Amino acid sequence: MIDFDRVGVTYSGALAPVLDDVTLHIAEGELCLVIGRTGSGKSTLLRAINGLVPHFTGGRLTGRVVVDGRDTRTHRPRDLADVVGVVGQDPPAGFVTDVVEDELAYGMESLGLPHDVMRKRVEETLDVLGLSAVRQRPLAALSGGEQQRVAIGSVLTTHPRVLVLDEPTSALDPQAAEEVLATLTRLVHDLGLTVVLAEHRLERVVQYADRIVLVPGDGEPVVAGTTEEVMATSPLAPPVVELGRLAGWSPLPLSVRDARRRASVLRERLVPHRPTQKAAAATSGTPLAQLRAVVVSYRGIAALRGVDLTLRAGEVVALMGRNGAGKSTLLSALVGLVTPASGRITVGGQVPADTGVRTLMRSVGLVPQEPGDLLYADSVAAECRLADEDAGVPSGNCRALFERLAPAVPDDRHPRDLSEGQRLTLALAIVLTARPSLILLDEPTRGLDYGAKRRLISALRSLAAEGLGVFLATHDVELVAEVSNRVVVLGDGEIVADGATADVVVASPAFAPQVAKVLAPQRWLTVADVATALETAS
Amino acid sequence: MRPVHLPSYSRSLHPGAWWVWALGLAAAASRTTNPVILLLVLAVSGLVVAARRTDAPWANAYAAFLKLGLIVIAIRVVLQALLSDSAQGVTVLFTLPELPLPESFAGISLGGMVTAEAVLRAFYDGLQLATILCCIGAANALASARRLLRCMPGALYEVAVATVVALTFAPQLVSDASRVRAAHRLRGHEGIRLRSLGRTAMPVLEGALERSVELAAAMDSRGYGRTTDTSRASRRTTVALVFGGLLGICVGVYGLLDNSASALLGLPSLLVGALLATLGLAVGGRRTRRTRYRPDPWALPEWVVAGSGAATAAALFYTGAADPAALRLPSPLTVPPVPVIATVGVLLALLPACVSPQPSAKAPEVIA
Repeated sequence: MIDFDRVGVTYSGALAPVLDDVTLHIAEGELCLVIGRTGSGKSTLLRAINGLVPHFTGGRLTGRVVVDGRDTRTHRPRDLADVVGVVGQDPPAGFVTDVVEDELAYGMESLGLPHDVMRKRVEETLDVLGLSAVRQRPLAALSGGEQQRVAIGSVLTTHPRVLVLDEPTSALDPQAAEEVLATLTRLVHDLGLTVVLAEHRLERVVQYADRIVLVPGDGEPVVAGTTEEVMATSPLAPPVVELGRLAGWSPLPLSVRDARRRASVLRERLVPHRPTQKAAAATSGTPLAQLRAVVVSYRGIAALRGVDLTLRAGEVVALMGRNGAGKSTLLSALVGLVTPASGRITVGGQVPADTGVRTLMRSVGLVPQEPGDLLYADSVAAECRLADEDAGVPSGNCRALFERLAPAVPDDRHPRDLSEGQRLTLALAIVLTARPSLILLDEPTRGLDYGAKRRLISALRSLAAEGLGVFLATHDVELVAEVSNRVVVLGDGEIVADGATADVVVASPAFAPQVAKVLAPQRWLTVADVATALETAS
Repeated sequence: MRPVHLPSYSRSLHPGAWWVWALGLAAAASRTTNPVILLLVLAVSGLVVAARRTDAPWANAYAAFLKLGLIVIAIRVVLQALLSDSAQGVTVLFTLPELPLPESFAGISLGGMVTAEAVLRAFYDGLQLATILCCIGAANALASARRLLRCMPGALYEVAVATVVALTFAPQLVSDASRVRAAHRLRGHEGIRLRSLGRTAMPVLEGALERSVELAAAMDSRGYGRTTDTSRASRRTTVALVFGGLLGICVGVYGLLDNSASALLGLPSLLVGALLATLGLAVGGRRTRRTRYRPDPWALPEWVVAGSGAATAAALFYTGAADPAALRLPSPLTVPPVPVIATVGVLLALLPACVSPQPSAKAPEVIA
């Protein structure tokens, strides 16, 4: 269905090619997963499938890409619209109309399909994607999962043979991600669609993939093969595969179900051991922030309903809950961006909403969901200098912090050209420059690859070891398992669970990490914990 | 009779019909400062909106425009009271302390006597403007501007898409700016300074640019522009015809609405303009093979709604010519007359409240 024949892509102005000598064949009806770290050329590979590379992006393409018999050299993206459907990273950015039904029909209108065909296909697509209840709704009023499904539906109506998705679940909470992935597998199984998707959160998708294309970047050759083949050696792997490698299972398990069926021996071996408890520091640290019966409402709708919470020095607390549960509101309230309607918040002895920002930034700092919002200079060096000025500390402070967290980034690099992980780290360094005792992070792993995530985890751990408090709102259950010693779950503006990580997540179907699901009822959270236990045993 | 012709068949009315109706009412309001007629127009438009609005976000437009209208009236009355002088009337309401102004402001006095005539005249003028605003608000509440854009003829498709995209981007820019401002606050910046303005603008504009590129890529991969085969000459002919036509229509409307303009400027140039524009749209429409999903039908209820608006305008234009004193009061203090034809004309615009179909998008009501 999709053939890459010795394909190379070089963007104008770039020294080295992004992709070099890539030869692949993706058969009809396959679900093909493209993995690789950020900047490795995954998106370029995806966009070459419908000719956006090079027709839209510019640059030079060598070799041939043929999709369903059409060569992208002679077919522009619009000429492939009835063969390839592309869903971008940020679905709302690709919406042309403002109501669900119109958005579904847009592609067909462009193709000039007759009216009766359009009516029929819109109805069918609404049913296939479960969108009929929201058909008249404005797109802006939909949830993230619904928006993603509308984006998928809007390209499905032209009846493409291939569906290309770039990180379809990265912005979604676990429940919404499930919803979208379930839809995708149904499309593959019921309609025989060929699906190509890029994704960082391997734990969510690996089990559904028939084939994996690993794009290592840096000029290394692209590896393609069946999921088991690639996962056996891939440097990027979900926890369940890493656990399989550790335990020496063959063939490797790809899903929790596979692993659990093989894990009985491992569970027996682990019985005498207990996971090392990270929660030791939790109750002893000095309180950094306290919330008492805090209520926040927007336009008469309560976003937080009587929240009681204490954050202490030296602990990493994860804040979980579905989108719209009040996580961002809670973080905003802690830095004084929103004022509670009632209740009391103190951070470092001060009330955030009544304290000047210059004073407040010395007790608490927030890294927002879009770390780029904090940045405005034209180079890393200038950004760091401004941060030192803002914080009133000797110059060189912020640069040193950034160097420690992300080594060897050139001074003159524009913040926009940094990778997702480097940008987050720069924002973190800027916030840390004012030496706050409490750090808040909103969705820090959105768009991060495994390497960047590992660096973030070690950075957060060392900050906590230095006695800082870390409070992060996240959907990423694997991150929570790795880094936090306490978990707070928000539901509908109220705290529904607050306790040590293992206590809260192990039994939860939505928040349990893969290792916990495989080894339950034992309370293991990460592969590293299991590895340490096995080492001490032997 | 097909169901679309029945007023009892629940569907949303063609947005063009609502706009014709509302513009007819607005044109009627522009002909008079008679408070009786103006209040009647206000009441009629409010009633129809109340009867036929949906629970869509734009349905609150009427209230917003009404508030704007009240502000307009207040500003006019207060300013007139401050700046009034004895030349405008003899009925002194009260006297304000007079502020001495330098020589160069000769002819303007601040404060002094406030006459009933001046205040009332200002109130009537403000009421006229507020009524026109409310008519536009009614159109917005009953049919959003976006839905109207969807009905644009094929030749204007590109313009319509650009407008829709701009309409989406404007609120997005505002929310982006507030998000970035909040983020900068986290870095210890407070208040609005020129320097911080630049700092806010950078990420916001970058974000907007990235989004537009993203949108362009999405539109391209979804087949945008695939069905148009344009030769440069045909495109130019279309543009020239359409813009020439629009210019003609503008001049014609101006000529019709402005009493002092010559008669030649009015109806003839309106007709010529409309002809040119139609021709341009027809020529341009031929070059695209785009189809349209669920176009709003134009059936009997649309004719009635649009017709009732046009009838109101016509009634006011007729009265304006036959009995000008009934619409422009010679002195604000006289009791305003009630011209029969104009009143009946305005009441005709109430028809849509009962003969237009119920909008179907209404959410099911929760049974308590």
